[in-house]
Amino acid sequence: MPRRLSYREALREALREALLADPRVFLMGEDVGRYGGTYAVSKGLLEEFGPERIRDTPLSELGFVGAGVGAALGGMRPIVEIMTVNFSLLALDPIVNTAAMLRHMSGGQFSVPIVIRMATGAGRQVAAQHSNSFEGWYAHVPGLRVLSPATAEDARGMLAAALADPDPVLIFEHAQLYNLEGDVPDHTVVDTCSARVRLAGTDVSLITFGGCLPKAIQAAEQLAMLGISAEVIDLRVLRPLDDATVMTSVRKCRRAVVIDEGWRTGSLAAEVMARISEQAFFDLDAPLARVCSEEVPIPYARHMEEAALPQASKIVAAVQALLGSAP
Amino acid sequence: MIEFKLPSLGADMDEGTLLTWHVKPGDTLKRGQVVAVVDTSKAAVDVDIWHEGVLHELLVHPGEKVPVGTVLARLLEPGEVAATAVDAPAIAAHASRRAVSPSARRRAKELGVNVESVKGSGAQGAVTLADIEAAAHATTATPDRQTEMRKAIAAAMSRSKREIPHYYLAETIPMANALDWLQQHNKDRPITERLLPAVLLLKAVALALQRTPELNGFFREGQFMPSAAVHTGVAISLRGGGLVAPALHDVDNKPLPLLMQELADLVKRARAGSLRSSEMSDPTLTVTNLGDQGVESVFGVIYPPQVALVGFGSLTTRPWVVDGKVRAQPLLCASLAADHRASDGHRGALFLAELRDVLQRPESLDATATQASVQ
Repeated sequence: MPRRLSYREALREALREALLADPRVFLMGEDVGRYGGTYAVSKGLLEEFGPERIRDTPLSELGFVGAGVGAALGGMRPIVEIMTVNFSLLALDPIVNTAAMLRHMSGGQFSVPIVIRMATGAGRQVAAQHSNSFEGWYAHVPGLRVLSPATAEDARGMLAAALADPDPVLIFEHAQLYNLEGDVPDHTVVDTCSARVRLAGTDVSLITFGGCLPKAIQAAEQLAMLGISAEVIDLRVLRPLDDATVMTSVRKCRRAVVIDEGWRTGSLAAEVMARISEQAFFDLDAPLARVCSEEVPIPYARHMEEAALPQASKIVAAVQALLGSAP
Repeated sequence: MIEFKLPSLGADMDEGTLLTWHVKPGDTLKRGQVVAVVDTSKAAVDVDIWHEGVLHELLVHPGEKVPVGTVLARLLEPGEVAATAVDAPAIAAHASRRAVSPSARRRAKELGVNVESVKGSGAQGAVTLADIEAAAHATTATPDRQTEMRKAIAAAMSRSKREIPHYYLAETIPMANALDWLQQHNKDRPITERLLPAVLLLKAVALALQRTPELNGFFREGQFMPSAAVHTGVAISLRGGGLVAPALHDVDNKPLPLLMQELADLVKRARAGSLRSSEMSDPTLTVTNLGDQGVESVFGVIYPPQVALVGFGSLTTRPWVVDGKVRAQPLLCASLAADHRASDGHRGALFLAELRDVLQRPESLDATATQASVQ
């Protein structure tokens, strides 16, 4: 019997399961212990597992992410929570220069089995410095696996798969998703290599991930009322990208709109579009299109923030532009 | 380049709707000339211009509402030449190549569809895959037509064999006289005016029918209705498969050269698929000639509601007894498939005998025509 869980509860269950299953696993980050996590994901875990395994850290991303990399090298299975992607910029060096590269630089002698979780995205009126979406930056780096769970099931299942990976894995949790509820199977096993068709359709592929998935589904529902059948692809894994699922969908629908909360220029959407034009050019029936964030620091004012971000209405408009008078 | 902007037509005006242009690109404009009508929130106002120059381009279309200060048009100053270099490539690029989606282009190639002739329904009017497939479907009506033709033949022939009690007769006809006459006739004529044996046979059939009218006409509603006119259906096989047997009209009354022309024209149009409806429904008897295929004789299936079909095999040279001596002679097997409801074998035999005799007197084929045309 699948259970109805919030994304937050699913994450917490996954953490608890990991902590119970493997004594090498520990959680470390700002306010993860006594405060229960900034997004209340780790609430109650300190009481259950104690301060050795649920470790509050100082406000120093460079320090505690570096410590996590060291622990992973030392044989532990650290789960490091960075409060939001915005602050991960302070830890770019241990993530990119160390964790991602050590296997290569050591000729395969070292691996860094670290899992780094972080909240990402905008939409909560927390202003520019707290509203970034840098998934695309990390997806640029070889040596990292970048996950973007967008459903409660993936929130529940991806952590175990990430911990089983001998190399560094980043998990991006969109802050708008924590309260989202979804069905979670009893023994959740998910992969960390494939994209998923979340909604089948025939006229246009809406390719997206993370916080934009609910918007894409909403857009698909609106398009259905206009007689346009949209297929929604959830990338799930941003590095390495699952080209096959994307191309299968695009070859069927012949039109694609990529939706990405990152800024347009140099976005992950741009990468997906480039791959489609490389691999499925002759299957296209219209130019590729994307709906990204406006190229501005995300505004604080609600109406401006909404205007800056991808929205279902923008997706619908983009699809209509692609279709001309066809179907 | 002079920019003509929407002026403020009153202190409280901050936008206006362009209603009409009174000028067009290329016009020479004078100071004070009324060039447009603009609707303000109060009234429609004639807008005049305070520059001299040649109107280069209109930037706002009638019906558009724009703020005061918007450039409505551009003018070339006296003596200025339009610097189109910047805009031209973009426009040219669009003009030189139609917007055809990659998948549509590929599919068009596969299906042999000319993309230039397909109307686009996609983004910015681009031709899409669906447009190509729709166009291909429209042009592949040919195979469908062949299927239809096959069905029609099947229906007619089944009906014929179901309803018509056929009897078959055959007669070998010496062709030496006819061929000699034909050779003589064609000798001094250019290729385009020469007669083919086929036209001689058609005419001979039409004349022979004068003695056996019960082979020429239709069997309808339980009885035979003879036809006064002889419209000979000519079986023509089509290159794509199937056959048609359109009519040559009034074969008995037309001179051979005219019949030759009409026959050539009929075959050409039959193969081009441009027959007239009368030609399809008029034949009173059908002639089929399978001689070109080298068969000796053909016993055909009557095309209802006709009551007879005359078949010719190939012209072959064989031993033949003439005046008690065996000679090499060109021979032709003529056959008759006839409807026993309309005629009996005796009458059919009479027809074939008459046909044989007529062909021994080829000059009469021509003479009759002359006589007929004199009448």
